[in-house]
Amino acid sequence: MFDLKFKALSSADLEILPGWLALCHACDLPSRVGDVPEGGTARCPRCGSVLYRRIRDSLDRTLALAVAGMFLFIAANVFPFLAFKMQGNVTHTTLSTGVRALYEQGTPLVASLVLLTTIVAPFLQISSLIFVLGPLRLGMRVPGQTRVFRLLRAVQPWSMMEVFIMGILVSLVKLIGMAQIVPGIALWSFVLLIPVLAAATSSLDAEWVWRRVGLAR
Amino acid sequence: MSPDSATSGVENLASCHDCGFVVALAGEAHHAETRCPRCRAAVHRRKPDSLNRTWALVVTAAMLYIPANIFPVMRVISLGQAQEDTIFSGAVYLLVHGMWPLALVVFFASVVVPLLKLLALSFLLISVQKGWSWRPVERTKLYHVVEAVGRWSMTDIYVVTILVALVSLGNLATIEAGMGAVYFAGVVVVTMLAAESFDPRLIWDRARETNG
Repeated sequence: MFDLKFKALSSADLEILPGWLALCHACDLPSRVGDVPEGGTARCPRCGSVLYRRIRDSLDRTLALAVAGMFLFIAANVFPFLAFKMQGNVTHTTLSTGVRALYEQGTPLVASLVLLTTIVAPFLQISSLIFVLGPLRLGMRVPGQTRVFRLLRAVQPWSMMEVFIMGILVSLVKLIGMAQIVPGIALWSFVLLIPVLAAATSSLDAEWVWRRVGLAR
Repeated sequence: MSPDSATSGVENLASCHDCGFVVALAGEAHHAETRCPRCRAAVHRRKPDSLNRTWALVVTAAMLYIPANIFPVMRVISLGQAQEDTIFSGAVYLLVHGMWPLALVVFFASVVVPLLKLLALSFLLISVQKGWSWRPVERTKLYHVVEAVGRWSMTDIYVVTILVALVSLGNLATIEAGMGAVYFAGVVVVTMLAAESFDPRLIWDRARETNG
């Protein structure tokens, strides 16, 4: 009765794609996910939340987008982001300039939050996708894949690049008339990175990956 | 325990928060720490102590919300004159300068969203504690909206960051981050954690109990 061991359900069934047991993450109703066709979606019969979405060429697509994202991320951090011209003075900034300035002004907490949400989290997101999917594409398993794939899920809500773009838009409007703002290569890379990373996230079939990098199948 | 009894006893089933793997918890296991066999995350039938944790975070965020709106988020020092901006005056500035679509977005992201999150989470918590069976589908949707929309509150923090970066190095004007920005960043982080610690399945537990 007090046996604390757990049992993986239908572990044999999990090898075959059609049909496995899923619990709705919103309302907890157990239901059987049937044979989902490519591009199809399985929904919870009670509350309508998505249980599983099968994506065509998920691995190739996601990996390609993640690699493209890595190039854009590097460009966004290396090249000048915005330049500020005011009465003959030109100030060049990179993505991390604001973080450094906030830190030097004595608000390290805000600086860390900005660093986390615009640089660290997006980097972890892209690199962990490549780390997990790259070897899978080559038909390999490398140690740490399980852990890194879990990290990806933890990091995702803290990656806020699209909100940062909104911040840029608002800042530009506030500076109109005060100075001339020149967008740099990094800004355009950053703007491109957002749809690329969003597409990578939505084309990722996590259930498919978990069956390959998970410890139990 | 046979595999059949696991599939029939719905009460014992739990899905892993991290990878969705369905595990049958045996006996009293939902009080103990069980690890997911697929990804090694801790598996709980419900997020542990969800109501207390979420209340604590909601109250904390509500307390941070007050100084976040009273103190200036940034200070513009231009030719010896200092001008301070709060969250609210920042949105008003855009409105006064005729940028009303952007003003609306900023007002929504910085003023409405944090308040809405706090009210919605309090409502969900109370509805679960009172055991309401009323409209579980809509309440679940409300939770997902709260979860998705919270990140947009960061807009103002980014505006401060960008303005500080661009202007602090110039000689004629300097922009500094104010205490309000620290509190406001606190509101964003704490409300995100509050949304994360709430377990939407609790909505359905009570609904199910009442329906029998």
